[in-house]
Amino acid sequence: MSVASPIAAPSPAPLLELRGISKEFPGVKALDDVSFAIHPGEVHMLLGENGAGKSSLMKILCGAYCADTGEFYYKGAKVAITSIADAQKLGIAVIFQEFSLVPFLDIAQNIFLGREPKGRLPGTIDRRKILADARRVLDTIGFDIDPSVIVDTLGVAQQQMVEIAKAISQNARILVMDEPTAALSDREAELLFALIARLKADGVAIVYISHRIAEVFALGDRITVLRDGRRIDNLRPADVTPDQLVRMMVGRNVDMTYPRHFAERPGELLLEVKGLSSTTGISDINIEVRRGEIVGLCGLVGSGRTEVARAIFGADSILEGEIIFDGQPVSGEPDIAARRGIALIPESRKSEGLALMRSVGDNLVVSALKKLFPSGLYDPRAAQRTADGLIRQLRIATPNARQTVGLLSGGNQQKVVIGKWLAAGAKLFIFDEPTRGIDIGAKAEIFALIDRLVAEGAAALMISSEQIEICHVCDRAYVMREGRVAGHLTRSELTEENIVRLGMHDA
Amino acid sequence: MTDLIKETLSPPRSILSQNASQAFYRLLAALLICAALTLLSDSFLSLGNILNVLRQASLTFFIASGLTLVVLTAGLDLSVGANVALSACLAGTVIHQTGSPALGILTGLVVGGVVGFLNGFMVTALRIPSFIATYGMLWVLNGVTYWYMAGETVHGFPAGFRQIGSGYFLGLPVPVYLLLIFLAIGSLFAQRTIWGQEIYAIGANPVAARLSGIPVTRRLLLVYTVSGTMAGIASIIFLARLNSAEADIGESLTLPAIAAVLIGGASLFGGIGTVFGTFIGASILTLVLNGMNLLSISANWQPLVTGIIVIVAVWLDMKTRRSAQ
Repeated sequence: MSVASPIAAPSPAPLLELRGISKEFPGVKALDDVSFAIHPGEVHMLLGENGAGKSSLMKILCGAYCADTGEFYYKGAKVAITSIADAQKLGIAVIFQEFSLVPFLDIAQNIFLGREPKGRLPGTIDRRKILADARRVLDTIGFDIDPSVIVDTLGVAQQQMVEIAKAISQNARILVMDEPTAALSDREAELLFALIARLKADGVAIVYISHRIAEVFALGDRITVLRDGRRIDNLRPADVTPDQLVRMMVGRNVDMTYPRHFAERPGELLLEVKGLSSTTGISDINIEVRRGEIVGLCGLVGSGRTEVARAIFGADSILEGEIIFDGQPVSGEPDIAARRGIALIPESRKSEGLALMRSVGDNLVVSALKKLFPSGLYDPRAAQRTADGLIRQLRIATPNARQTVGLLSGGNQQKVVIGKWLAAGAKLFIFDEPTRGIDIGAKAEIFALIDRLVAEGAAALMISSEQIEICHVCDRAYVMREGRVAGHLTRSELTEENIVRLGMHDA
Repeated sequence: MTDLIKETLSPPRSILSQNASQAFYRLLAALLICAALTLLSDSFLSLGNILNVLRQASLTFFIASGLTLVVLTAGLDLSVGANVALSACLAGTVIHQTGSPALGILTGLVVGGVVGFLNGFMVTALRIPSFIATYGMLWVLNGVTYWYMAGETVHGFPAGFRQIGSGYFLGLPVPVYLLLIFLAIGSLFAQRTIWGQEIYAIGANPVAARLSGIPVTRRLLLVYTVSGTMAGIASIIFLARLNSAEADIGESLTLPAIAAVLIGGASLFGGIGTVFGTFIGASILTLVLNGMNLLSISANWQPLVTGIIVIVAVWLDMKTRRSAQ
């Protein structure tokens, strides 16, 4: 990360200026009088917790939402952004976290989707020209790949490059990136940072949304901090410390180290995995988890961590081996594991953890229906009472239990997923990246919650790519490599270096 | 004041209240249609006509209520009409040959249920999309029924049996009692049992439902079996009312049942809808057709009107749902 070195002093005239932008949704003031300026050749970091208004601001910038009040000035002249076409005309392009590529088309077709060069026959595409044009665009961003490769076969980082190429081909002068490194490895992030430096040098203005404090200082030329829809501050990285930034984001002091009350000695054996192999490529997994423990499951993305979690929970078929839970073997579908007291908090809560269109209350009781209503008769009022209790206990920020869960912020959604297993009375909680996409304040709360769970006799198996989290909260950890457990680290051995060393392919 | 107005007019924020308000607006629409027909036709607002409407709506409702559960899981059962035909023909034959209505009724229910279970098996174990599985089943059932009946008609059943379809009890047609009973059972099942809740959860997100510990396969099997069994029940009412059955009776049943479900507010994407809504949907459909008859509008216009109602109802639903987000 070496892009930080400030380049030439930014030109005084901003490329795009937003003044007094407000946006209200029923019951929520998403943005309240927010102003900021975007300068050519600068990376403008947009910081804030989930729900601070970053996404709303981004959607207003690209014309997907229309601001209630406020003005836009492009190179000093007043303009209106009321549609996506308006934004495109001003050269604004957004790289969302969910890419908008067509998976079955090739790179060139995706870059020029809807703007394909016409062939000689009506309705055809000039294949040679589209490939040549794509090649040229890819060259300008330094991405060396054959433009006829089908997008579906690309990794996340490469798809992101295609998105950027597409934006550049549309003459984007303002590139808005929403947490672009969230799904990238460190190496891929380095490549992205190099590309950002290159775009800066070309005078492209970049609005960069991030949760990672380190990136803010490595990349940012300017920082705007949002909180509760308001602009808290607008400053330069040199004028602020990481701690100050965090405080601005959350509005209170947050202990960056996570609270953990380690037990004097571990409790009885709760989960025993013996020689487990599954259809998803993990083999000979041996893991033990005791009551009162938080056990880490680390390794690179793709090393088989999620697959281990899913196999224990019964979500993937087991080929060999045995899972013993609370003294009894367990096998079969997730409903059996769930009934025995195993909980899975999956990585993608939106697609796997929650029924987004249903209410907070419905989601909170869904795993506990049999326990709450042994007769099989459902009582909405009793369900509501249970949900209300969990909402209070977990301090889920929602107007009430009837709120649609998809409207909550990431941290509160995660609390709902955890809450449904609390209601079900789970004894083992398997967390898969429990803090992904969650802001710092909510992270601390989630860890405090896990700490309390295990203190009360439950146990946790925690997958995380954030090694620092593993080191802070885990009693010990298993490190995975290529579908196998590569090693085990005790509390005293648990350091970031050891995790990385064991997880590397050439160790 | 403006806040109050905004709050009152702003769309409901969860599926629960969405379902409730949907049902409310539909009831309102049904009553408006009734009011209009009362003004337009002298013969509409008579007990005889209202009971007639309910009796006609009942057959569509029996088929559509089971179908509603399937639609709640984001599935579709296109075989219901063909299922009614096969169940009715077999039940009729059994009554004829054994002289026992009880055995005939049992046959209808079992055949309907088994067909539904086979649909569920194809959807869960073989992982065939429900639309295709039940579409194939439609042809298979038609094939079996046509082969079995070989162009014959079964007709002429004991008077006691026919009471189920055309009899009266305390001044009301028997099918209307059955309609109310199944409306109550269906609504209670969907809203007040944990199975019903699980069905809504599966429709809203099948992956999350499985990872929440819901036995998705078993619930889907249940839902398709119930849908088939309801077709079996419909076949008995049909048989008892018309006093005859032949192979092609199912062809005009499936599409109106789907229309009732859609007019009733269920979403084909799953997770949204109620059995009560489907009842209203079946009623609106029947009311409009009844009104057209009373106003001497040619029956040739009926499909067109049905189509427009379905499109408008679904469009309104999608509009309110979009603005709710």
